[in-house]
Amino acid sequence: MLATITGLFAEPWVMTLLKVAGVFAVVMPMVAYAVVAERRISAWIQDRIGPNRVGIPFTNIKLLGLGQPLADGLKALVKEDFTPAHVRKVYYWMAPAVAMVPSFVVLAVLPFGSMLGEQKMVIADLDIGILFTFGIVSLGVYGIVLAGYASNSKYPFLGGIRSTAQMISYEIAMGLAVVPVFMIAADPAWQKGLSESWSLYLDGAGLLNLSSVIAYQSDSLFGWLMFKQPVAFVIFLIAIFAETNRLPFDMPESETELVAGYNTEYSSMRFALFFMGEYAAMIAGSALMVVLFCGGWMLPLGDYFSTPAESFGQGLVHIGVFVAKIAVFLGLMIWIRWMLPRFRYDQLMNIGWKRFLPVSLANIIVTAIVLWVLNS
Amino acid sequence: MEGTVFNIFAGLAVLSALLVVANPFSRNPVTSALFLVTTMISISGLFVLLGAYFLAAVQILVYAGAVMVLFLFVIMLLDLREGARRKLNLVSFAMGFMAVGSLFLVYKSSVDQTYGDTTQHQEVAAGVNQVEGSTRALGQSLFSAEKGFILPFEIVSVLLLVAMVGVILLSRKEPL
Repeated sequence: MLATITGLFAEPWVMTLLKVAGVFAVVMPMVAYAVVAERRISAWIQDRIGPNRVGIPFTNIKLLGLGQPLADGLKALVKEDFTPAHVRKVYYWMAPAVAMVPSFVVLAVLPFGSMLGEQKMVIADLDIGILFTFGIVSLGVYGIVLAGYASNSKYPFLGGIRSTAQMISYEIAMGLAVVPVFMIAADPAWQKGLSESWSLYLDGAGLLNLSSVIAYQSDSLFGWLMFKQPVAFVIFLIAIFAETNRLPFDMPESETELVAGYNTEYSSMRFALFFMGEYAAMIAGSALMVVLFCGGWMLPLGDYFSTPAESFGQGLVHIGVFVAKIAVFLGLMIWIRWMLPRFRYDQLMNIGWKRFLPVSLANIIVTAIVLWVLNS
Repeated sequence: MEGTVFNIFAGLAVLSALLVVANPFSRNPVTSALFLVTTMISISGLFVLLGAYFLAAVQILVYAGAVMVLFLFVIMLLDLREGARRKLNLVSFAMGFMAVGSLFLVYKSSVDQTYGDTTQHQEVAAGVNQVEGSTRALGQSLFSAEKGFILPFEIVSVLLLVAMVGVILLSRKEPL
């Protein structure tokens, strides 16, 4: 019996399923508490109190309002699920699911830790990691477009149309911003100089693999690509805001003009799915930024934090560091949302096409020239 | 295992391609566009099975993620209610059926070649015509100056540039 169980753990698909379950078990509460953080931080910025009442159910323990997600989830589930008569039903039912899936699929290729025992902490160790990510991120627009189309009324439709143009424009800037990162990191010369534990960890991974980007940043704090490619980092960060439809770029939602944009006709759990999809996309975007620009699961505090884990505890610490870095970016996104006003639509398009696109193209050329001079 | 996955993706590609052009349940252009997205994604799955990971990712990124989104954009902006009420046109049905049928034949012959008991199958198994599908190999065969396809590549990109300039010129309201 025991032998069958240990034998089962040797199967690759069992480990993959366990990793998927583990990622879900961490990301779903993060989504829930990102919502609480959003409400508490907004209250703090606007000099209100915010939701601080709900604690453990049926007791008087309040725990700073940390029970709020339970109450929110219960409310969304038991509310009447109303389908307006004028909607296109199939698309109306499909849209919330389509909106939520891509953000979770992106998480599959992100290395969220070094090693845990024998296992490399990434669900799918793809050699085209970064291309896969962009491919899936580009599918994220369908949920919003379908919601706008399915609702069959004016405001959601305008929201859907806006999001199409916005997300395609910023995808281009985002993709071009990442090119210099891989021009620097995908250089076979440095991989030969890595220590034994690193080459064991990489295990012949290709240079477009996201774990090789992390390995490249392992030298010191200033090895982080955030410092080597500050222009790319800023463009990528802003493009992530636009891709996740967060203020100051929340044109598809834009509640002062479009009621609630693409999700106007939705209620109860379907609306909650859009909401969760937005926060899951924020988490996926932050995780991508952490991997590409901020050293992934590493901290520049000596070998314990910046070489692949040899013990179980060290592996857990690395995962903790990764989650903490994501939390920092989530905090930044929430903070910016409540500090800045929304752009006008033409301003948004102007920034995307007339500023970011030329700047990121120039960044590619300058990086190429610098690399050429340094290598010759 | 690989054969099963191939059959799933190939079947999905053919079935959803058929539903793009001849959907008996809906004449809605948005439905057709979304089935085309399914076709694109299934074809990308076939690329993965062939070991062409780069092509698979680009297939999703460019076709499913950008081209089809713009298709949807245009369909939604045009008022296509007339199209939704239009009856099934026999000629377009026949043309669509031919297109899907040829796609099906391509799949069938590739199944026969890969899994059938033919000389090609033995060659594939022996790795005779094996093509390297990695990003690096693709980049080298496209861009290396001696044995690469750099000249055709540049000609194609000039062609695209001409098309782009042409579109901008044609869509201008006042002449230059």
